[in-house]
Amino acid sequence: MIQLQHVSRSFGRADNPVRALDDVSLDVAAGEIFGVVGQSGAGKSTLIRTVNMLERPDSGSVHVAGRTLTDLSVSELRAARRSIGMIFQHFNLLSSRTVRGNVELGLEIAGVDSKERSRRSSEILDLVGLSDKSGSYPSQLSGGQKQRVGIARALASKPDVLLSDEATSALDPETTRSILELVKTINAELGLTVLLITHEMDVVKTICSSAALLEQGRIVETGRLVDLISRPGSRLARDLFPLGPVAPRSGGTVIDITFSGGTADRPVISQLARTHGLDVSILGAVIETIGGSQAGRTRLELPGSPEANAAAIADLRSRDLLVEVVE
Amino acid sequence: MIDPNAPGFWEGLFQVLLAGTGQTLYMVGVALLVTVIVGLPIGVILVGTEAGGVFERPFGSRAVGVVINRVLDFIVNLGRSVPFIILMVALIPFTRLVVGTFIGSTAAIVPLSVVAIPFFARMVEISIKEVDSGLIEAADSLGATRWHVVSKVQVPEALSSIILGLSTTVTSIINFSAMVGTVAGGGLGDVAIRYGYQRYSVIHMTAVIIITFVIVMILQAVATYFARRFARRSVDISRVDATNRSLFRSIRTRA
Ligand SMILES: Nc1ncnc2c1ncn2[C@@H]1O[C@H](COP(=O)(O)OP(=O)(O)O)[C@@H](O)[C@H]1O
Ligand SMILES: [Mg+2]
Repeated sequence: MIQLQHVSRSFGRADNPVRALDDVSLDVAAGEIFGVVGQSGAGKSTLIRTVNMLERPDSGSVHVAGRTLTDLSVSELRAARRSIGMIFQHFNLLSSRTVRGNVELGLEIAGVDSKERSRRSSEILDLVGLSDKSGSYPSQLSGGQKQRVGIARALASKPDVLLSDEATSALDPETTRSILELVKTINAELGLTVLLITHEMDVVKTICSSAALLEQGRIVETGRLVDLISRPGSRLARDLFPLGPVAPRSGGTVIDITFSGGTADRPVISQLARTHGLDVSILGAVIETIGGSQAGRTRLELPGSPEANAAAIADLRSRDLLVEVVE
Repeated sequence: MIDPNAPGFWEGLFQVLLAGTGQTLYMVGVALLVTVIVGLPIGVILVGTEAGGVFERPFGSRAVGVVINRVLDFIVNLGRSVPFIILMVALIPFTRLVVGTFIGSTAAIVPLSVVAIPFFARMVEISIKEVDSGLIEAADSLGATRWHVVSKVQVPEALSSIILGLSTTVTSIINFSAMVGTVAGGGLGDVAIRYGYQRYSVIHMTAVIIITFVIVMILQAVATYFARRFARRSVDISRVDATNRSLFRSIRTRA
């Protein structure tokens, strides 16, 4: 549904450019919720803004819903943007318009007549749960309600794709949860493809089916969450399921075991104790449900040096478990 | 010297003030209308032709945008910095061309508009610049044309601030309209000169001051009312008001 091919974008002077995007390729399948994570300044906003060409790439091509946006004329691009909704961190609602007026903005721009506009906006406001606020002004709404209006505005022209630039970053955890829930509902009910960027791993964990890690304008890792979790050395997986820093101890071996799919429910610890006679301590554990199956990791401490525990670790690995020796 | 006890003094005073007030309102009203019609687009274009603005590349060329921006900016600065009395005299040939004469209230509208347009255009420019660029981005993401951005985002969002700017503009037009009276433009300024100055009538002078004061007060109250209405409780009106006042001060001290 969304494809970026070798997209680059630099800012600043030619002799000392800031490479905001450096040969980025990305493929978001139809109906998917795709998350791009990265630190502040990594190029996330630039990335998502190239998808609707608010930012024109220096090189590379952008394809959305079968159209090559990088080839379109200005007026064709305007038409194409109507099938790409976008929501923003600071909502970007017009303070001079009511909730309904904001939702109808895109329809006015598209030249939809007023009867159809009000029919459509009523329908969408109902979907986002703001029917009773249609006459209010943005300044009278809470943050969560404002973002609902933002979502309604983006959906009014029935887009194929929803872009979200840190849409929940200005909201408290409770409100974030309800907005993510709404995005999930929209994705399921309208079949909308969602590309979201965030610096919060929790957002990705909660609603994304796939993710990419952006670092200094480059995509360093990408994949479906269920696959990432069992990928050895995956930074995304480690960020998604953090076990925290290792507590300094003497004489032990600390290992991380990642479970996914069929390996999640195996009695690993008792096996270690029985087969190898080890006194296992649990230092940390995290278990989540991703795509309907359990995944997670456990941090264990085994007595003795890594060399002494080599046999036990090899045994675990032979059982299809992903084991990483932390120290 | 006028004798207040002479028969017919009060009727005469009333007639003179009525005519003067009528002329002042006529000059100021038409000049204000012209100022809005010309100044608003200039303000919009000043913002639009800046780097990153909606009219960044008129006819596909950034150079054209830069030239338009520089030329307008220069004219606006020039218009604001030339003292009014000099401007008025310098404009005599132009006024004669447009109105047919350079004497009278109608002729006075020309210099009044010319002095107010740059002032108001700058106010519009500053008001529009305050509009959050995220709003323009949101409109762009919905497929807005440049005209949509101006008419649905920039002007409506800046309206409250523009109206307050208009109120300061109208006050300065009233101020200058009194000066026009000195060169036979009519209006309350003319009354003050002819009766208050040349014939030492304290009563005329006082009446002119009171009437001018009342007009300015009423106009400002109306402007504040509408600015508040269009602000939709979203912006703190006292903040906008303060910005405008300090803006006015900075413009005045520069001029
Ligand atoms: N319009 C711009 N002009 C100059 N530099 C920019 C512009 N937009 C982004 N950048 C630079 O590009 C880099 C990536 O920015 P951004 O995409 O906003 O990152 P993120 O959203 O991940 O925080 C930053 O170094 C930023 O300073
Ligand atoms: Mg950003």
